[in-house]
Amino acid sequence: MKAKPKAISQFDDAFSQKRSTSGLGDMDDQNDPVKMILGLKELRKVAHNCTTFQSGSTPGRIVIPSEVAIRDTRQIPFELDPPEHTGFRQLLNPWFKRPLDNAYQAKLQQIIDNTIDHALQQNAIDIVASFALPLQSKALTLLLNTSMDRAQTWIDWGTHVFRSESSNLDADKANILYDYIDAEIDKTMAKTRPSVPTTEDLFSVLLNAEVDGKKLTKEQVKGVMILTFAGGRDTVINAITNTIAYFSENISDLQRIANEPDIVNRAVEELLRYFSPLTQMGRVATEDTTVCEHAIKADSRVSLCWASANRDENVFSNPNTVDFDRKINPHVSFGFSHHNCLGATHARQILRQLVLTLANKVADINVVSADENIEQLGEFSRKVGFNRLEVSLTAK
Amino acid sequence: MAKVIFVTQNNGSMEVEGDSGSLMELAVANGVAGIDGDCGGVCSCATCHIYVDPADFDKVGAAQEVESDMLELDDKVTEYSRLCCQIDVSDQIDGMTFVVAN
Ligand code: HEM
Ligand code: FES
Repeated sequence: MKAKPKAISQFDDAFSQKRSTSGLGDMDDQNDPVKMILGLKELRKVAHNCTTFQSGSTPGRIVIPSEVAIRDTRQIPFELDPPEHTGFRQLLNPWFKRPLDNAYQAKLQQIIDNTIDHALQQNAIDIVASFALPLQSKALTLLLNTSMDRAQTWIDWGTHVFRSESSNLDADKANILYDYIDAEIDKTMAKTRPSVPTTEDLFSVLLNAEVDGKKLTKEQVKGVMILTFAGGRDTVINAITNTIAYFSENISDLQRIANEPDIVNRAVEELLRYFSPLTQMGRVATEDTTVCEHAIKADSRVSLCWASANRDENVFSNPNTVDFDRKINPHVSFGFSHHNCLGATHARQILRQLVLTLANKVADINVVSADENIEQLGEFSRKVGFNRLEVSLTAK
Repeated sequence: MAKVIFVTQNNGSMEVEGDSGSLMELAVANGVAGIDGDCGGVCSCATCHIYVDPADFDKVGAAQEVESDMLELDDKVTEYSRLCCQIDVSDQIDGMTFVVAN
């Protein structure tokens, strides 16, 4: 008899033992080892202490696997520390809060309705490539305030375009994005600036903006745009796909949301905690220091392991259970402190509207086949999502 | 029914009233600047930071551990800080004034 396949909706805590015994994990990455911070309280302190644990190191170094070998452009505001970081955040914050506007939500609802209606018409559909990727790309046109037909180009790049698995750390692939953004910047500079602000897209806004009294350079605009494309792609795709995977084995929870739509925010926060769509992010120590009583050398890397902190049994009761009644849920799926996720408002809005609409339209979700995406992180292996998740949806 | 006043960082002031839910929800429903309530009130985002008037602090009560751990690492924290998603709208807070931190 074949072993029973692992549950599709199950995302194990890969870090539990190490978190309780030493609080730190180890991984090598291209000869630039990383000490992974696993507990929530310790992680928060390090995330907050941006003088000792900096983001503004060599571009690409705080990403794991490191992107030092494949890019020189500094991603902004992500790879800057305060005080430089502050002005850029102040510029970007209001733009990235636009998903709170009713008009934005109405357009997003159309995208979500169309995506679900299309899926309901198929016998079976790969959620990763044919549901999550198109939904993410179309929703991104709203965040950039650009026309919807742009999304097709981004969909055509496929799901692997900037997957940061070490095997896929491929400069040619990254260049697809960098070349695209260079071309968009040049196109925008050649045009006259739109006179009606509501028709202006993010490229144009940035090219005309000032931070601390200085106009942004082309390289800085590129740094913001690369991050906006790359930071919001796999994370959102994982969150959407994993959500469908969860409900495929817990359909009564979806029915509950149809009956009690008020719990949708709590449900989405809990799913985000459980999935932790971004596993970790690095920092570089600026001086010799200690974390969890372990020595950290100057110029070495640590990581903030959001996925581990989100299962910290000192903070969350029954951390490995999805519980939509968790009223207090201080998860760090969107990071913590200065660099907390700028795209969180957009991502949350997608997920809340997606879950509500699924609850209203879908009676059942059956998985036909699945290929899990397992990250290998030194001594740990962690399921972060799926490479492919073929399901059939049944309409209500 | 509770009537409260929010004073915002752009020196605006707004009187609002409600009888249920959290103080964060009441602020968001009335568009109080500086209260975003991103996480919907589960104590994960700290975008609902307010200062309670010292004279009222005992009545409102101190933060629980999860909340105070969040506040401790907020650059704008004072001893009168609270995350207002953790404060219920009730007669208890009627007539109070809250200063929005962000
Ligand atoms: C569910 C989806 C998402 C998750 C789980 C997620 C997670 C994160 C995390 C953990 C950080 C903190 C990184 C650090 O501390 O170094 C972060 C930062 C960031 N994220 Fe997201 N993200 C998501 C979606 C998005 C989207 C849709 C966008 C934009 C399109 C975006 C743009 C950014 C940016 C610009 C930063 C850097 C902010 C700064 O450095 O000040 N993210 N994200
Ligand atoms: S609304 Fe997020 S912490 Fe209060």
